[in-house]
Amino acid sequence: MRKPLIIRILTALDRKSWLALGIFLALCLVVVPALHLLVPADSPFHVSTYAITLIGKIMCYALVAVAMDLIWGYGGILSLGHGLFFALGGYAFGMYLMRQIGRDGSYGAELPDFMVFLDWKALPWFWQGSDSFGWAAMLALALPALVAFVFGYFAFRSRIKGVYFSIITQALTYAGMLLFFRNETGFGGNNGFTDFKRILGYSITAPETRLVLFGLTALVLAATLVLARWLVGSRFGRVLAAIRDAESRVMFIGYNPLWYKLTIWTLSAVLCGIAGALYVPQVGIINPSEMSPGNSIEIAIWVAVGGRGTLIGPVIGAFVVNLAKSWFTVSFPEYWLFFLGLLFIVVTLMLPQGLVGLWKKRMAARPAPAAGPLQAEKGVAP
Amino acid sequence: MMMKPLLFLALCAGCLSAQAAVDPAQVRRLAAEDSSDKVAAIHQLTQTADPDAARVLRAMADDKLYLAGGKAVLIDGEQAFDAATGAPAKMPDSPEAVTVNNRIRGELASALAALELFDSDPALRLASARKLQSNVNAGMAPLLARALEKERDAEIRALLTLAHAQASLGSPDPLVRLEAVKALSETTSPTIRSLLQPLTLKANEADDRVRYKAIAAVKRMEQRLGFAENLGRVFSGLSLGSILLLAALGLAITYGVMGVINMAHGELLMVGAYSAYGMQSLFRAVAPDWIDWYLAAAVPVAFCVAALVGVVMERTVIRWLYGRTLETLLATWGLSLVLIQGARVLFGAQNVEVSNPSWMSGGIELLPNLVLPWNRIVIIGFALFVLFLVWVLMNRTRLGMFVRAVTQNRPMAGCVGVPTARIDTLAFALGAGIAGLGGVALSQISNVGPDMGQGYIVDSFMVVVVGGVGQLAGAVWAALGLGIFSKLLEGWAGAVIAKITLLVAIIVFIQKRPQGIFALKGRFVE
Repeated sequence: MRKPLIIRILTALDRKSWLALGIFLALCLVVVPALHLLVPADSPFHVSTYAITLIGKIMCYALVAVAMDLIWGYGGILSLGHGLFFALGGYAFGMYLMRQIGRDGSYGAELPDFMVFLDWKALPWFWQGSDSFGWAAMLALALPALVAFVFGYFAFRSRIKGVYFSIITQALTYAGMLLFFRNETGFGGNNGFTDFKRILGYSITAPETRLVLFGLTALVLAATLVLARWLVGSRFGRVLAAIRDAESRVMFIGYNPLWYKLTIWTLSAVLCGIAGALYVPQVGIINPSEMSPGNSIEIAIWVAVGGRGTLIGPVIGAFVVNLAKSWFTVSFPEYWLFFLGLLFIVVTLMLPQGLVGLWKKRMAARPAPAAGPLQAEKGVAP
Repeated sequence: MMMKPLLFLALCAGCLSAQAAVDPAQVRRLAAEDSSDKVAAIHQLTQTADPDAARVLRAMADDKLYLAGGKAVLIDGEQAFDAATGAPAKMPDSPEAVTVNNRIRGELASALAALELFDSDPALRLASARKLQSNVNAGMAPLLARALEKERDAEIRALLTLAHAQASLGSPDPLVRLEAVKALSETTSPTIRSLLQPLTLKANEADDRVRYKAIAAVKRMEQRLGFAENLGRVFSGLSLGSILLLAALGLAITYGVMGVINMAHGELLMVGAYSAYGMQSLFRAVAPDWIDWYLAAAVPVAFCVAALVGVVMERTVIRWLYGRTLETLLATWGLSLVLIQGARVLFGAQNVEVSNPSWMSGGIELLPNLVLPWNRIVIIGFALFVLFLVWVLMNRTRLGMFVRAVTQNRPMAGCVGVPTARIDTLAFALGAGIAGLGGVALSQISNVGPDMGQGYIVDSFMVVVVGGVGQLAGAVWAALGLGIFSKLLEGWAGAVIAKITLLVAIIVFIQKRPQGIFALKGRFVE
């Protein structure tokens, strides 16, 4: 006798984790907007537009990191091409934002500026319907899902795994980048999409719009964490972990790993697509460099820094690495690559379980650890 | 007042040197105001086929022809000569330079070339016949015919025949034109094709026989040109394949032995290329006379430097990640970032200039539109040489035997006494060293900069995937196949589409043969 789905999802988290999640949401949905809108700009408690954009951006990255963790931490599949799905989601939603510019572009034409520049007379077929919000949102989900499904089906069917799979995903995102760099592909080439003006008719730079996007990102991140918690604890999640640890044995028992892997792979891609769609209106630009192999492999390091195989780890990792990045690239731009490179080396050599693993070890070293097995994974969200 | 003594002097000089001087009136016309008049004068002078005409025209091309007091004079430094006779003349008071614009310059160049056809030196005649292949005008036809009559050298004759045919395409007589088209139809060159192209249209060529002949000639020529173009693509595919081979050989060895992909492998190429740059700078500073041979020194240096970097990488990082292949991927990516930034700090973010030694510049011209550059030929030879060395090392030495043993079965090799840990280090050093050699090769055909290695990791991994692990033959066939296939595709569909097609093709290929073309035979357990 199984309990209804909603109950099972709600009981996936224990009370402490719900509390932490509640605090996180209260911070993002009430406290930050109040501090931004009501507190005067010269007060030390004022939250600046820059901070909101930065944290909103990092929350999108955290969403990507959770998606990455689902397949790497729980499925044992290291993807070096998740930037592709992120960018596809971003481009799909970016098409809608480009159409919302309307006649306010620098050429004052009905078509997006770059098409006027290329001397195109009409929208290409794949731009049809992009002026509808619903269609664009649907595309942002469906496009990464489709690409991931087709690619994953062929890759998993022939049991490509490990290093092979990683490098082929890297090649995939590289090919995507080359394709989107071409002007003829029809997505703005080198410059991508930028100079957005409106979303659903509201000005995209208005503080209220920013806060709504910020809150929405926080909500999506929280919902993803709950969903992922439930998923990895379910029967599906346990089979997935078994496939990660001993694929052949799972096959011998009678499971077909293909569908398990394909499901989590496609879900992960969809989550990335959502993150991309939330990222573009907040950051205001999307271009092919999002698909560069370096960007995708950086996602893996967020997860590794935080601790893979835990769900809060990737969120922590995304915040730590990206805050460090925005500090370094301003203060010591020439040392950022050294730092990032050393981070890759140090984390893989010394911290295989990431920061969360380090914290767990500390807790375990203490005399009577009262914490249950799951509590450590759901600390206070940053 | 000045004229008489000058004239006298000139006459004397003319008699003494017993030269058939050119008509002074013609020379005077070279200094005409109007460009068209100048061109006409140049043509007339050319027709005389006189060495004196050549002298005057050369002076004009060198901006040494002046007009003084209604006479043309040559002024060379402090000395003045009468233009028509070449006799020394008194320096005029206010000489006025004859202006030579670009059109005139072109006319002068071809006129001089035509006049050199009558020189007694065969080498000079050959050079001028070559020059005339690309710039010949209709007015030269009679001159060329005369040169052809006198010429005995077979090679020069062949060239002259072509030049004559080109010149007589403009002849009013259809029979002459027909002969010209016939003569030209045997050749293969893009310039002659574009010369014949207008004759295939009725508007330009009224005579049916000439037109049909021209259409047939253009068609045949296009076939031959297309063939040469494809041949050129195959050649550049070969050269790309040999670079890929150099990059992939090292990767295949380390992947075969340790099962890890070194994401910093491309940066080892970069290290090799910078070693070549370093040797070039050293030679420039210490032994400028030997600069042409800096590559000979760069090859061992690059091998050693890259191998050293490889050993350090293996000892400090990769060694500690055994059995964790995915983490190795990330850690070596970190290493690659550190190496890239290190190169930026040491050598600057800009590309550095590594030049070909003089013996590697130029190329072999097989056909007018198919030139095989020497540097690419040398690289293909170099790749073959490295391949041979690696083959000897792997199949004829004790170390090679150990490496193969560890590749096939690590625990078993360890059981029979192979020092697997040391073999790992040595194999890694070898792989890194070969990448360094690849870097030297790469420095000769592409830019040397901190980011140069980034693009090669995916490509060389594809070679390993397609070729299969642990087999040299697999890497060779895969590298050459991928190189040629991608260059042919590039020619037909553009670089990006070619790249994407290739990736898709490889993914499909792995469906069929997950172990690559040449799989190691044996039993495997996960």
